[in-house]
Amino acid sequence: METILSRYKTVKKEEVKTWFKVAHVYDFPENGGLCAKYKDKQIAVYNFTRKNTWYACQNVCPHKMEMVLSRGMIGDEKGIAKVACPMHKKTFSLETGKNLNGDLDAIATYPVKIENNFVYIGFSE
Amino acid sequence: MKTIIVVGNGMVGYKFCEKFVSKSGKDNFKIIVFGEEPRPAYDRVHLSEFFGNQDAKALELAPVNWYSDNKIDLITDESVTDIHRNTKTITTAKDREFKYDYLVLATGSSPFVPPIKGVEKKGVFVYRTIEDLEGMLSYADQIKKSKPNAKAAVLGGGLLGLEAGKAVMDMGLEPHVVEFAPKLMPRQLDSRSSQVLQLKLESLGINIHLSKATNQILGNGSITGMEFGEDDKLDVDMLVISAGIRPRDELGKTCGLEMGVRGGIIVNNKMQTSDENIYAIGEVALYNHMIYGLVAPGYEMAEVAVEQIIGNDTLMSTDIDMSTKLKLIGVDVASFGEPFMPAEKGHSILFENKTKSLYKRINVSHDGKKLLGGILVGDASDYNMLHQIYLNGMAIPENPEELILPAREGGASFGSAMDLPDTAQICSCENVTKGEICGSLTNGSCESLADVVSCTKASTSCGGCKPMVVDLVNETLKSLGKEVKNTICEHFEYTRQELYGIIKIKKITTFNEAIDTCGKGDGCETCKPVVAAIFASLYMDTANKEEVIQDSNDRFLANIQRNGTYSVVPRIPGGEITPEKLIVIGEVGKKYNLYTKITGGQRIDLFGAELNDLPAIWKELIDAGFESGHAYGKSLRTVKSCVGSTWCRYGLDESVSFAIELEDRYKGLRSPHKLKGGVSGCIRECAEARGKDFGVIAVEGGWNLYVCGNGGATPKHALLLAEKIDNETCLKYLDRFLMYYIRTAAPLMRTAAWLDKLEGGIEQLKKVVIDDSLNIVAELEEEMQFLVDAYECEWKQVIESEEEKKRFKHFVNSDESDDDLVFVPMREQKMPEPWNY
Repeated sequence: METILSRYKTVKKEEVKTWFKVAHVYDFPENGGLCAKYKDKQIAVYNFTRKNTWYACQNVCPHKMEMVLSRGMIGDEKGIAKVACPMHKKTFSLETGKNLNGDLDAIATYPVKIENNFVYIGFSE
Repeated sequence: MKTIIVVGNGMVGYKFCEKFVSKSGKDNFKIIVFGEEPRPAYDRVHLSEFFGNQDAKALELAPVNWYSDNKIDLITDESVTDIHRNTKTITTAKDREFKYDYLVLATGSSPFVPPIKGVEKKGVFVYRTIEDLEGMLSYADQIKKSKPNAKAAVLGGGLLGLEAGKAVMDMGLEPHVVEFAPKLMPRQLDSRSSQVLQLKLESLGINIHLSKATNQILGNGSITGMEFGEDDKLDVDMLVISAGIRPRDELGKTCGLEMGVRGGIIVNNKMQTSDENIYAIGEVALYNHMIYGLVAPGYEMAEVAVEQIIGNDTLMSTDIDMSTKLKLIGVDVASFGEPFMPAEKGHSILFENKTKSLYKRINVSHDGKKLLGGILVGDASDYNMLHQIYLNGMAIPENPEELILPAREGGASFGSAMDLPDTAQICSCENVTKGEICGSLTNGSCESLADVVSCTKASTSCGGCKPMVVDLVNETLKSLGKEVKNTICEHFEYTRQELYGIIKIKKITTFNEAIDTCGKGDGCETCKPVVAAIFASLYMDTANKEEVIQDSNDRFLANIQRNGTYSVVPRIPGGEITPEKLIVIGEVGKKYNLYTKITGGQRIDLFGAELNDLPAIWKELIDAGFESGHAYGKSLRTVKSCVGSTWCRYGLDESVSFAIELEDRYKGLRSPHKLKGGVSGCIRECAEARGKDFGVIAVEGGWNLYVCGNGGATPKHALLLAEKIDNETCLKYLDRFLMYYIRTAAPLMRTAAWLDKLEGGIEQLKKVVIDDSLNIVAELEEEMQFLVDAYECEWKQVIESEEEKKRFKHFVNSDESDDDLVFVPMREQKMPEPWNY
């Protein structure tokens, strides 16, 4: 199963080589997420309207390796944006990927930009 | 830099490392830990939980990277084979050599296998490691296939043996516990308490055989039975040996350390062996001529060894407390201090109630001032307090029997946790005193229970002291003038009941409005579903209205299962279904390749539906006249029925018709937790109505209405609310009862727990529901009628709206389904690939 996780590596904004156009802003629910497909990757994308920010991370939860994070509820813990996995409520910072209520490995996060009402995710390859 | 080699990575070996890295002198040392098992240390005390969840990860004491983060070399899957004391080196099974300055032996113990003829036969197991459990599970599966009534015996009726008995019962085998002594748990219980425990275990289906010496294991290759005497045999298909432990002291023996006559490496009160550079801790160490098989003394030994190596002069206690408390299959058993006391030391006070499987004994000194020990079976809720009184030598009441008599009006007659001295050890596993717990709050370094637990580590091991820690924290916070409230989370400083009132009065209808008016931050996975459930209870909003604040199941109107697929359960009120409808369910299952199963609640479960297929599946079901069964929501699930007077020769009333009427009335009703009902046509109770949140049973002259029953982990029989009432009155009382519960219960609190908390209990509930003592029943009935009239099927809402359907796509930018999904075949159907982590 290491192979699934190894597909996902955090990308910093300055490392972006490809901005992948995902979908229209209006396709996303406010304060909720959806999953995007990019090559062999599944990326969870969240429209955090309350923070007026977008976040993206791997869709796979590192706890049981299920492709479900995009379906999780988002919110904040002491101001830090987070997502709760719908399977067992493991929570992850959407800013750093850190597992906030356990010792799981951090999830990979990706930069998001909005242009002309379209959502783009940044990849380094 | 000096090197410490720790041999053994069990609970005590791990604890040594954990204590070490918390010390300031740690930087002068390098630690290398050897574990022969393939995985890092795990919690063996809770091994039996592995049967329930098969989740080895959950038992882990720390993840692998904890070791590297703390600069400890963890070498797993490699055992140490030799110690060369003259060169201060060890060699391993892979023939590698390592040099040490200090060596810590934490090799623990192995199960003792008595030399019985035939123990090598297939199907004989010991109960010690996760691998042992996995071996038992797969063997049990195998024998169950060829033999539906397969039996398993456990050799040994001690603590661990009884747990193993429960484990084999959970595997679906008929359990038999065989003990050599004439009583169960011979080291902890007297014969009377053993009898009480035996009756209780037998009533739960565990067969007990005492005073049995096993002569040989029968069978040709695989075990088929056990022979005790010539004509005394027990047929069994599997055997688990739990006959005690033997220290794993081979390393000590071969390198010439001083050993006990019956094994164990002799240590002094510094935990040093006869070689001052070699320490032994845990179950391999022989201290005071004893091997201590509990985790708390092992942890204390680890601490002593750490301090000694660092250079502090901490010594091992001389008196080691061997008190234990355990929960066996829902039976409390505890013993503390001296459970059996010779008459010359004091006198005993006994309380016994066999019909309730209760036995309590305390041993009191002759002058009546000190508690010397005791035994509790059936109800150990007073264990923590009694144990503290014993440990701290506290004064006891003039009439010591008050300590064990069942609580009468006014509650317990003796002290609260706050009366304990500051030196009282509350958490013996982690060695945390009352002073440390309360001090962390009064000195300001901690502000909540969670803070206290993480900074003192109290209650993180066996968890037995948790209730006491909670009491201490709450009482201390109160004394500091801080309010202790069951607030929902960091975003809402209210209880659910308060928030319910605020939302109702301010007519709040969206989450954003709620958090902006009376909360802070952006919400989280705890408060969002609470607010969603309040909206549903107040306005009958379906989950579709604001899907992003719903728990996963509500958001997708189906139950999320392993691998992220869903199960679909259409409503089948009262379990009544036409052949035509059955065929439709069968066709849908076939078309979408769903695993199909009849549920325990008279419905049909269709598993393995992919997110993208849900709307299409629902459409076919709805076209055939089905609705959502709300199997996913915290809402009414089913009203189970027997067949009643329609077909049954005993039936007194039409239980099916009434069950359907009730299920239709309350379908979709959102509540603090799931709700289940049952209607039985006579007192034979085939619908098990008294195990439900509400249950109706036909009797001569009408229906008896029961409320607040519960199946599940803490089963409870429902209590009688009203007798011999007609259909109309029954509905009226149910409306009132359910609305009152919905208004006042905490999140995820089922009716049974809610009634437990309700001051005055069932009598108070009768006053509210029947006598209208709060003058609210008209309002409650009105609210319920509004909710009943506002019902809409949420599956139907989805399939009729293109907008709603959008969220049931796996990918926002593609119509493909999840390409990482894997299914494997099982008994002509499919299942998700098992979890391997």
